Amino acid sequence: MTTTAVRPRADALAERLPGVWGIGLQRGALELRQFFRQRDQVVFTFAFPVVFLFLFASIFRDDVRNAGITASQLYVPAMMAAGIMSTSFQSLGISIAIERDEKVLRRLRGTPMPPASYFLGKVWLVLVTGLLETAILLLVGTAFYDIDLPTDAGRWFDFAWIFVLGLTACALLGIAISSVPKTGKSATSVVVLPFLVLQFISGVYIAIDTIPDWMLNIGALFPLKWMCQGLRGVFLPESAQVLEQAGGWEFGRIALVLGAWCVGGLLLCLLTFRWKNRRDG
Amino acid sequence: MTTHANGLAVDVRGLRKQYGDVTAVDGIDLGIRRGEVFGLLGPNGAGKSTTVEILQGNRDRDAGEVSVLGSDPAHGTRAWRSRVGIVWQDESAPAELTVRETVRHFARYYPRPRDPEEVIGLVGLEAKAGSRIKALSGGQRRRLDVALGVIGGPELLLLDEPTTGFDPAARRQFWDLIRKLSAEGTTIVLTTHYLEEAEALADRLAIIAQGQVVAEGEPAGLRERYGTGATVEWTDPDGTPRAERTDTPTRTVGTLMARFDGEIPGLRVRRPTLEDVYLRLTGQEDAR
Repeated sequence: MTTTAVRPRADALAERLPGVWGIGLQRGALELRQFFRQRDQVVFTFAFPVVFLFLFASIFRDDVRNAGITASQLYVPAMMAAGIMSTSFQSLGISIAIERDEKVLRRLRGTPMPPASYFLGKVWLVLVTGLLETAILLLVGTAFYDIDLPTDAGRWFDFAWIFVLGLTACALLGIAISSVPKTGKSATSVVVLPFLVLQFISGVYIAIDTIPDWMLNIGALFPLKWMCQGLRGVFLPESAQVLEQAGGWEFGRIALVLGAWCVGGLLLCLLTFRWKNRRDG
Repeated sequence: MTTHANGLAVDVRGLRKQYGDVTAVDGIDLGIRRGEVFGLLGPNGAGKSTTVEILQGNRDRDAGEVSVLGSDPAHGTRAWRSRVGIVWQDESAPAELTVRETVRHFARYYPRPRDPEEVIGLVGLEAKAGSRIKALSGGQRRRLDVALGVIGGPELLLLDEPTTGFDPAARRQFWDLIRKLSAEGTTIVLTTHYLEEAEALADRLAIIAQGQVVAEGEPAGLRERYGTGATVEWTDPDGTPRAERTDTPTRTVGTLMARFDGEIPGLRVRRPTLEDVYLRLTGQEDAR
């Protein structure tokens, strides 16, 4: 075979390679299909924040002093933020670590699939499951815990960007942390511990005005605290602002911190992502 | 593009790879022609898998020149990956998907995929096409691995120990599949530590030991070149089995005929098998 006979073929192949977005969409469909076929995983993923909302909002239901709300109301935005983080950070952190350990990633790397399509697929999965999770919590919150849906469009807009930025930042952090566990078996422990700690110091389980300032300041370094705060701003009355550390919702700062985490998370992923396990070299 | 000019699908010169203090690949040269089935044979830990992983573009090398289909696999583009099929040593496929879904999905990665149904038929999984992967047996999963390796219609197929863990019947079926693919013009490189597999499939093979190629050629040629001499076996009148290794078996038999005056009990003249050659070359002769 001569050079001239081969070169055009290789070029023609390069032109005909399927596009990044198209394969990303296909991968998203595949990820969702796999997710929804694991019924126990589906049930537990969606039930977890609902059960916690029920427990906390039923145990703590007194009026909050000077804030014009009940403790139950506080837990609805808190659990929504935790739900967003669990469908993105926790589920990606664990599932990618397992896929890496079971050599699913290595196999994909051996095909002409564009790496970006793999991540796009994960984005679709996280977006759909995150939206579902949020909708379920909102439904429970409005039905049982006196949460009113915002009436003005501005609040819905705030809700939309908090959801998108928070989900993106947490998803990127989840992808980054997936490289930390040495094996798929240890992934759950490695991912769940920091998530649990963050939930305690970001105002998910414990009301923001009872957490010591130094803890809250550590929590404020990460996205979850700001997601909670933003969602309180969307779904709680203005009178509840007195509970905040800064005495206000601080939407501008929330956008800044979450946006910064999106950029930082992306850089972290690009620097640390591996297709193979450490053992595989 | 030099490899295309000289007709080589894989051209490896002076390949080296070190893991810490251990030298896994110690200066390997390989020239694998387009269209042939090439076997890399050697004991566990000889450096076969490391070599194949470097050809796949899945492992860095420390030294040497490697050209696979005209490109350096360390810098493989998407177009290059679409021309190389890989069947790994240890695979895992998405357990919750069916065979058909998985094969169809992988077909979408490639610019010119084969027909998924045809590929499912080729590996003999028609009856399991609608089954979830988690319900497949080990051998069926391995066949799915091969299906995913060939779905892109590769010019070169790299298989690392493809039949480890197969029962004899599954192994024969797999051999038929490799022969089919080879007949279609696919260049095939496979590692194995099963001698009969290398002898049954490979047009040419390289025997690797301690990171080096100790012999290379056609299976029959290797036997002739390295398998000198013969072993003459017989049974003495007192019932003791005897064996003598000699370069002149005819003379030995002549001597025995004179001694026994008629039939020689238990007479057998054995030429070395490929296995004898292999064990000698890989320094495992005592294992016999």
